[in-house]
Order: sequence, then structure tokens, then C-alpha cells
Amino acid sequence: MDKSHSYNDVVVRQFSIMTVVWGVVGMLVGVIIAAQLMWPELNFDLPWTTFSRLRPLHTNAVIFAFGGSALFAASYYVVQRTCHVRLYADWLAAFTFWGWNLVIVLAAITLPLGLTQGKEYAELIWPIDVLITVVWVAYGVVFFGTLAKRRVKHIYVANWFFAAYIITVAILHVVNSLAIPVTLGLSYPIYAGIVDAMVQWWYGHNAVGFFLTAGFLGIMYYFVPKQAGRPVYSYRLSVVHFWALISTYMWAGPHHLHYTTLPDWAQSVGMVFSLVLLAPSWGGMINGIMTLSGAWDKLRTDPVLKFLIVSLSFYGMSTFEGPMMSIKTVNALSHYTDWTIGHVHSGALGWVAMVTFGCMYALIPRVYGRPGMYSTKAIDLHFWIATIGIVLYVASMWIAGVMQGLMWRAVNSDGTLTFTFIESLKATYPYYAARLMGGVLFLSGALIMAWNVWKTVATSERQVTQPVMDPAGGAQHHAT
Amino acid sequence: MSGFWNVWVWVLTLGTLAGCLWLLQSLTTRRKEKLPEDKSTTGHVWDGDLVELNNPLPRWWLWLFWITGIYMLVYLIIYPGLGTFAGIGGWSQRSQYEAEMAKAEKRFGNVFAAFADTPIPDLARNADALRLGRNIFLNRCATCHGSDGRGAKGFPNLSDTAWLWGNAPEAIIATITNGRTGNMPALGPALGEQGVTEVIAYLRALPKLAAGTEPATLAPDATAGQQKFMSFCIGCHGVDARGNQMLGAPNLTDSDWLHGSTDADIRDVLMKGRSNQMPAQADILSPDRIRVLTAYVLSLRESSGAQP
Repeated sequence: MDKSHSYNDVVVRQFSIMTVVWGVVGMLVGVIIAAQLMWPELNFDLPWTTFSRLRPLHTNAVIFAFGGSALFAASYYVVQRTCHVRLYADWLAAFTFWGWNLVIVLAAITLPLGLTQGKEYAELIWPIDVLITVVWVAYGVVFFGTLAKRRVKHIYVANWFFAAYIITVAILHVVNSLAIPVTLGLSYPIYAGIVDAMVQWWYGHNAVGFFLTAGFLGIMYYFVPKQAGRPVYSYRLSVVHFWALISTYMWAGPHHLHYTTLPDWAQSVGMVFSLVLLAPSWGGMINGIMTLSGAWDKLRTDPVLKFLIVSLSFYGMSTFEGPMMSIKTVNALSHYTDWTIGHVHSGALGWVAMVTFGCMYALIPRVYGRPGMYSTKAIDLHFWIATIGIVLYVASMWIAGVMQGLMWRAVNSDGTLTFTFIESLKATYPYYAARLMGGVLFLSGALIMAWNVWKTVATSERQVTQPVMDPAGGAQHHAT
Repeated sequence: MSGFWNVWVWVLTLGTLAGCLWLLQSLTTRRKEKLPEDKSTTGHVWDGDLVELNNPLPRWWLWLFWITGIYMLVYLIIYPGLGTFAGIGGWSQRSQYEAEMAKAEKRFGNVFAAFADTPIPDLARNADALRLGRNIFLNRCATCHGSDGRGAKGFPNLSDTAWLWGNAPEAIIATITNGRTGNMPALGPALGEQGVTEVIAYLRALPKLAAGTEPATLAPDATAGQQKFMSFCIGCHGVDARGNQMLGAPNLTDSDWLHGSTDADIRDVLMKGRSNQMPAQADILSPDRIRVLTAYVLSLRESSGAQP
């Protein structure tokens, strides 16, 4: 068979497997640093294993290695199926796989060595930043190249979100990482002071908005209707919430800098746009949940759908919580507390990881030419363990955060602070323990998945190729 | 903010909101308008079975969107947000801070003003004042000086008898109010390794000299160190090495060594110098509070049992 008549699933398989591998690695590092907060001795008094170095390793591993691999795998899978063509430029797609994994390996080496730019979620030193840029541009060429040669006129909604995420992440990464190199490991940002902070949080919040939201909405828009066997609920809702989401997310960054030296006007604009963001965010949740509606009976038999519906629920919860936390009076309580950590993980575990698990359980059997995963029971077990883990994690951090906020602002009858910082830390230990348990559960779920994927792959035909499906009613359109 | 950037902020902020609401309005269906019902799709098909319905935007969601949009407009009228327009509410985070501090001062100021006329030595024996002073100390001082005031390497012990800047109430008030900067110049370049060794030998001989040992019987190192001491150190530490509280220069004849008492510690201080900071509290603590705090600091020595 002519290669162009089959889908390029080689790169999809590669990224899917690495999604599982990096997921386990990233979550393991997360569990280690959660344990270090309980027992600081666990850093073994070595510089390479201190919390300050492992924490960025954890965030980079789960966001860019685990989440990134999932996005590569899913977007490559989806864009081919919904454009009815093979992926553009096989060699370039292969380059994105090896390049992206090289970035991850370099991150795993440099961060424990203490080589960092010190910008949250953008810690990697400038040579790695350059490599990321090159890989990302290649990704864009592959994705948009595929989109350009599609055999259907209309671009499927999942691809709008993938496109927005690819373009925006490129801009965010380049602008925030602009720096003047001094040595291989050292550079200075071109911004100074509050401008640097503002650029950083414009990047930081949009990493959430585009990498972790828009990209994963792309996954949701393909796998939810596919798995439920139902039409997408509302096209017009897709249109409104897509444009509103990508235009308002851009503004939300300043809510990370409330009550700082950032000028008042910028803080206000960041806050009100964060509030306006609620409706566009929920548009995606409504479209997902209403698409599932009518297929509720399938929840009893299909654990993949369970992952998807729970991920949408957590998406809804965190996108409600986020705007609330951006309100200055709420932020005055929540900022700098573990509430923020709870919020982030409600989104990261509840939404991003759960939708990824659902997507991978649906995608992996398909690209390995099987009707389903090796064990459906194991998927179910993973689902329950992960869900309980998230609830433990998020609830404990909520309580800890509100408690810390209240302790920090409590005053005696003479106006002095009632508690020292260390007292609030002592009071947090029980919640750190509960969080650690939640994290261990979530990691256990990921290990069950890893076993299930291993068994699925080991019992499959490795080199399955699937023919490109002809568009319904013949080719509707050939873009050049 | 220049005129251009002001306009830029206005246009982009309001333009983004207007764009969203315009899109929302243009895709909102009238209540009566019958859409191609639930069952019919947009007609596009992807990947065999992916199709889309075109249900109307949920009413409650439309409300949510409009309410947040209108909230944004109202907020930007009242609060600063649109470029240089300060908002009609007159709010700024600085004014909020000042208002909250004024409110707190009104509520809590009297607690401390009650002690304004009591001499500090009396306050240092007044249980009520000491309780207040301890609260301030735990908030503002304990991070460096320790919750018991015993300090740490580089952070003075406040419960002993050694005082860099003096322990008269006025001196402590001055230290807390305006802070202090202690500066020991780096003498490494001037003294060299051997010179530093000799000065250390002299410093070690100081207690013996004080006890009546004849200078002539000192080891050669210490004698050489004495000469160097007389040219480099007496400006601040004095001929007798007993320090100078006007300059914050420590007494080198006692057993109190802020930056450590081993030869290696002293060598490091001599070679590299030290610049130590006590931060000023004038902007944070009112004079009444500083008096109460001073009394508490003075009480630390009594409670620790150290003799003056």
C-alpha cells in the first residue's frame, strides 16, 4: 500500500508510550517532593535532590513531558483522522518526537544540577529553550501542513484548539524566554523588575490556558463524541467559546501579581478578564457534558467514558475556582497558600491527567490494532484509585490553604500577628500527610495504567497500519 | 503612561470584551426562532461518524456571560483599569493600605499609647507591657534573633551582656527605629595571610594581657600582631580593643564573638570583612510600640539570668 494512503501512527504510538512513561516519572517526583515537605531529611542532604531542584523537575515532567507527549500523540492522531490525510512530512514528525524527548532528558539532567533561569514553568536554560523552539516550529509545520492538505472543507473543532495551542505556545515561549546568554548555562532575561514579572505571568497563566486548557480541549472534542458515539452538542457554542476563550485567556496573567508593584490598572484588567473567562471556559464543559448526555448508560460499561466525564467535571470546578481566586478580596486570602496548590492540582490531576488517561485508553488500542485495552477491569481500578487520590489531594490542600490564609491574617487584641509562619507550617503537617496519600494513590493508578499498556502492547501486532478513510460523500475539498 | 499606550489599553481592553459579546449576540438564537431541531446536524462529517448538532446557546450560560461582561464594565468605571483613568471610586492599592493601617492604628494604637509616659526601666518590669512587647518581638524580631532572643551566628544575642550599639534605652530605641549597619572592612588585601595569623595571635593574647601578663613575654606572632592591630584596628575597636558602641565595633576582649570564635571564623571575618544589617522599623512600628519593644528587649537579659 502506498504510504500516503495510510495514517502515520508510528509517531502517535511513540508519543503515547512516552506519555505513560513520563507520567509515571513526573508523578513519582511529585510524590517524592510531597514526602519531602513532610520529612525534609528525604533530600538526603544532597544538592541534587533538594526540594528547590526537584520541584521544577516535577512541574516540567508532568506538564511538558507527560502533558506534552499526550498532546503530540493526540493531535497527530486527531488531525490525520479529521483531515482524512496522512500526517505531513513523516521525517519532521519523527524529529519532533526525538527532539521533544531530548528536551525532556536535558531538563531531567540540568534541573537537578541547579541549572535554571529561575522562571516558573520556564526554568530551562537558554540552549534548551532554543531546542524547544526548533522542535515546536517543526510541530507547527507538521500540524498545519497536515491541515493544509486536508480532504474535507471544514476544519473539525478539535483542530481549532490544537492550532490555537500550537501558535500561542510558540509565542509565549519565545517572548518569555528572551534572554542574553553569557555562558552555556547562564543568561539574563531582557526584562527587568515588574516587567519581567508581568511577562513571566503572562506566559505562566497562558501556559495553563493554552497548553493545559486549549490543547486538552482539542483532545476532549475528539475523544468525547467518539467514545460516546454521540454528535457534538452545539457547533455555535464551540465557535463562541473558542474565540472567547483564546482572546480572554491572554489577559488573565496579572491576577498572579495582585497587591504587588504591578500598576493598579493592570491588576484590575487581569482580574476582570479572569472573571469574564468563566463563561468561555464553561462553554467547553457544557459542550462536552451535553455531548455525553444521552449516552449515560455507557458509563456502566465503559470506564474510558468515566475518565472523560470526571475530567470535564474537574475542568468545570477548577475554571470556576480560578476566576473566584482572581478576585482581589479572595486572592488576599488565598495567595501564597496551599489553596493555590490545591487549585492547580484540581486542574492538573482532575482535568488534564484524567482526560489524558481517557484519551490514551481509547487511542492506544486503536493504534495497536486491538478492539480494546488488555484489561478493562484495570482501567476501572485505575479510575477509582485516581479519583479518590484527587479528592484527597485537592480537599486537603483547600483546607490547608484556607487555614494558612486565616492564620497569617489573625491578629491579637494588640494588633500583632497571632501566629508566626512556623506555627502555620506545623498546623499544615496533617494536610501534607493527606496530600501525600492522595499523590501516592494517583501514582499507583498511573502504574496500573503502565502495566495495562505494557500488556496491551506486548500482545499486539506492533506494525499495524490503518488506511486513510475517505471523507463522507467523497472528497469534499482538496486544499491545493 | 504616554497618550499612545493609554489609548492602546482602552482599545484592546474594551475591544476584546466587545468582540466577545458581539460574537455571543450574533450567535444567540431568539426564543421563538425554531432551529433545525436537535436531530439534524450541521452536515459536516469527519472520521466516519463525527458530526455536530447546532443546539442554541444555553440561556443560563448566556446570562452568565453577559453578567460577567457587564460586571467588567462597571468595575472598570469604578476602579482603575482603563489606562490612566483612575476610576470614579478613587481606589488604589496604596489608599487601601493606608486606610487599613489608619483603621488598625485607631483600634490598636491606644493599647500602646497607654504606656507612653511610663519610663522604660519601669516598663521592663510591667507584665502587661512585656506581654505586648513579646508579641511584637515574635512578629518582627524572632526571625533573626530567635524566639528566645538568643540570636544565632551573625545575629546578636539580646539576652547577654554584650551590646554592639549599647543597651541604654535610648540606644536600643535608636537601633530599632533606624536600624544599624555594622561594617567591618575586609583586611585580607592589607594584612595578607601571615598578617591575619599574627592579628589572631594578638587577639588570643588579649585576655592574658588583661590578666596582667607582661607584653614583653608574648609570642613573636602576637607581638607582630599587636603592631598590625595598632595600625589597622584601633580606629574602631580602640587601643584597648574594647570596641566602640558609637560605631557598633565589638569588644574583642570578651568571650562574645558574633561571627564565630574559632580561628577559622575570625580569619574569615578579617579576610573578607562583614557588613551586617539591622533593618529599620520606623515605617512599621510606631514610637509607642518601639518603647514597649525596647522594654521587652531589656527584660530578656534579666530573664536569662545574665549579670550586667
